[in-house]
Amino acid sequence: MSVASLDVESVRRDFPILSHCMRGQPLVYLDSASSAQKPRAVLDAMDELYTQGYANVHRGLYELAEWATSHYEGVRDKVARFIGAADPREIVFVRNVTEGINLVAHSFVRERLGSGDEILISAMEHHANIVPWQILCEQAGAQLRVAPIDDRGEILVEEFEKLLSPRTRLVALAHVSNVLGTVNPIRELIALAREREIPILIDGAQGVPHLPVDVQELGCDFYGFTGHKLFGPTGVGVIWGRLPLLDAMPPYQSGGDMIESVRFEKTTFAPPPHKFEAGTPNIAGVIGLGAAIDYVNGLGIRNIAAWEHGLLEYATEALESIGKLRIYGKAKNKAAVLSFALDGVHPHDIGTVLDQEGVAIRAGHHCAQPLMERFGVSAMARASLSIYNTRDDVDRLVRALHKTLELFG
Amino acid sequence: MDDLRELYQTTILDHNKSPRNFRELEDANRRAEGYNPLCGDKLTVTLLVDADDRVEDVGFVGSGCAISTASASIMTEFAKGKSRAEIEETFERFHELLTGSPSEPAEAPELGKLAVFAGVREYPLRVKCATLAWHALKAALENREEMTLVKTE
Ligand SMILES: Cc1ncc(COP(=O)(O)O)c(C=O)c1O
Repeated sequence: MSVASLDVESVRRDFPILSHCMRGQPLVYLDSASSAQKPRAVLDAMDELYTQGYANVHRGLYELAEWATSHYEGVRDKVARFIGAADPREIVFVRNVTEGINLVAHSFVRERLGSGDEILISAMEHHANIVPWQILCEQAGAQLRVAPIDDRGEILVEEFEKLLSPRTRLVALAHVSNVLGTVNPIRELIALAREREIPILIDGAQGVPHLPVDVQELGCDFYGFTGHKLFGPTGVGVIWGRLPLLDAMPPYQSGGDMIESVRFEKTTFAPPPHKFEAGTPNIAGVIGLGAAIDYVNGLGIRNIAAWEHGLLEYATEALESIGKLRIYGKAKNKAAVLSFALDGVHPHDIGTVLDQEGVAIRAGHHCAQPLMERFGVSAMARASLSIYNTRDDVDRLVRALHKTLELFG
Repeated sequence: MDDLRELYQTTILDHNKSPRNFRELEDANRRAEGYNPLCGDKLTVTLLVDADDRVEDVGFVGSGCAISTASASIMTEFAKGKSRAEIEETFERFHELLTGSPSEPAEAPELGKLAVFAGVREYPLRVKCATLAWHALKAALENREEMTLVKTE
């Protein structure tokens, strides 16, 4: 393979928003882990759909409808290839990964979960991968178990293994932590669950934008991600599941588009994936997601990973050179997410000062309050790096942090 | 930096560094917890009020940003010796100051030291930080229950 190459200046030109200013300064966008910016190609694809080929999908008999349907279904094929699914019927379009997780909770786990059973998650999960399980457990009289992490932010594999019990009905883990950046050793963790025939779901919201993913090679049962973090539009996400599982699962929502036949006596459901896509879907969103995947494929996910890794190393060193700064998350295998605290300055105040300098970061609990508690803080500041970020962006972040310290020093 | 100085006035920075009345009153007869679900910040206000709802003593504890800490600190200084009606009236004025249009001059001589928060009006996301302690104080005054969870607007 050739040396990683990503022409960042050309990438930056693909993102119209990057030529805009924030508070009168050129924008430094360091919040892509929250939501990524959109390349022109995604906007154009959606625009083209609406201006040239729009109709409802799976319904009309005319050319426009055929065009829209084939493009919509074409994205399903594309997603399947993108994450290494065996069959496009395993790709279910949802609103976001949150809905994907809820779908699995509702249609797969609920009927298998009884009193005294367990669901195992980790201490670094996003609320989206905590709350649905918590609710199910409460309803079933089951227990939510939490695999602990060490101070570097890595899952303690031995502890994880000990928590896998004959009562575990599901394991649900983040591929990559949105706060710590930890890339979990999911291959190993999945294998441990599978040895015991425990189904396992991976929340890939922060995985897919940064790493090559092959669900068959990973060996998990469900894998979800969200389009807007992958340079796609909001309102579209994917939950992948093994076909036999999807086949056996009851629908999540019901109505039009998900049926085979409806009579007042009895309705039969369409096979997956349509069984899980009730109602008119987010057609433009799916088209946009397809363009986003093309965009990512065009750059090459390995090139993306390499670019971000180089930037992460640069940024880590730069931040560590600031006295009074502490980085949370020092996993050996880490994605380009840097959460940190400054001595004596609350993360919100950091966020406000940086905003004034044109630097957009996230400050708060990052929808991971139990993780905040694990590290004994109520909030953290987080800079996340993406394909359009440069060393220059990192330098501006560092300068703005020095200003913050000056102000509050 | 000038815009930031507008927001983070010296008085605010000072109260953030050394918050006044930063304690839980042992003899409190009212208390309320203010919680901002958006950011997870929490603070607890404890009060000693007399039979006429006049604040004899007040303290706060908790962790928050500079705006919420300084606002709580300055609020406790203000509230001591005030009646419930005076406090509610001032909170209303204070709230108006924070949410007023940035283009209008922020003059509020009647608010005294509280006027240092005028810069917050430029940052709508931070209004909740400045009012968190006040919401808790108001809840404590209104409620005889031991604990009141206040969500800010
Ligand atoms: C790890 C992780 N899981 C789940 C989510 C939820 O994503 P969405 O809000 O798109 O459903 C996020 C996004 O914040 C995330 O980072």
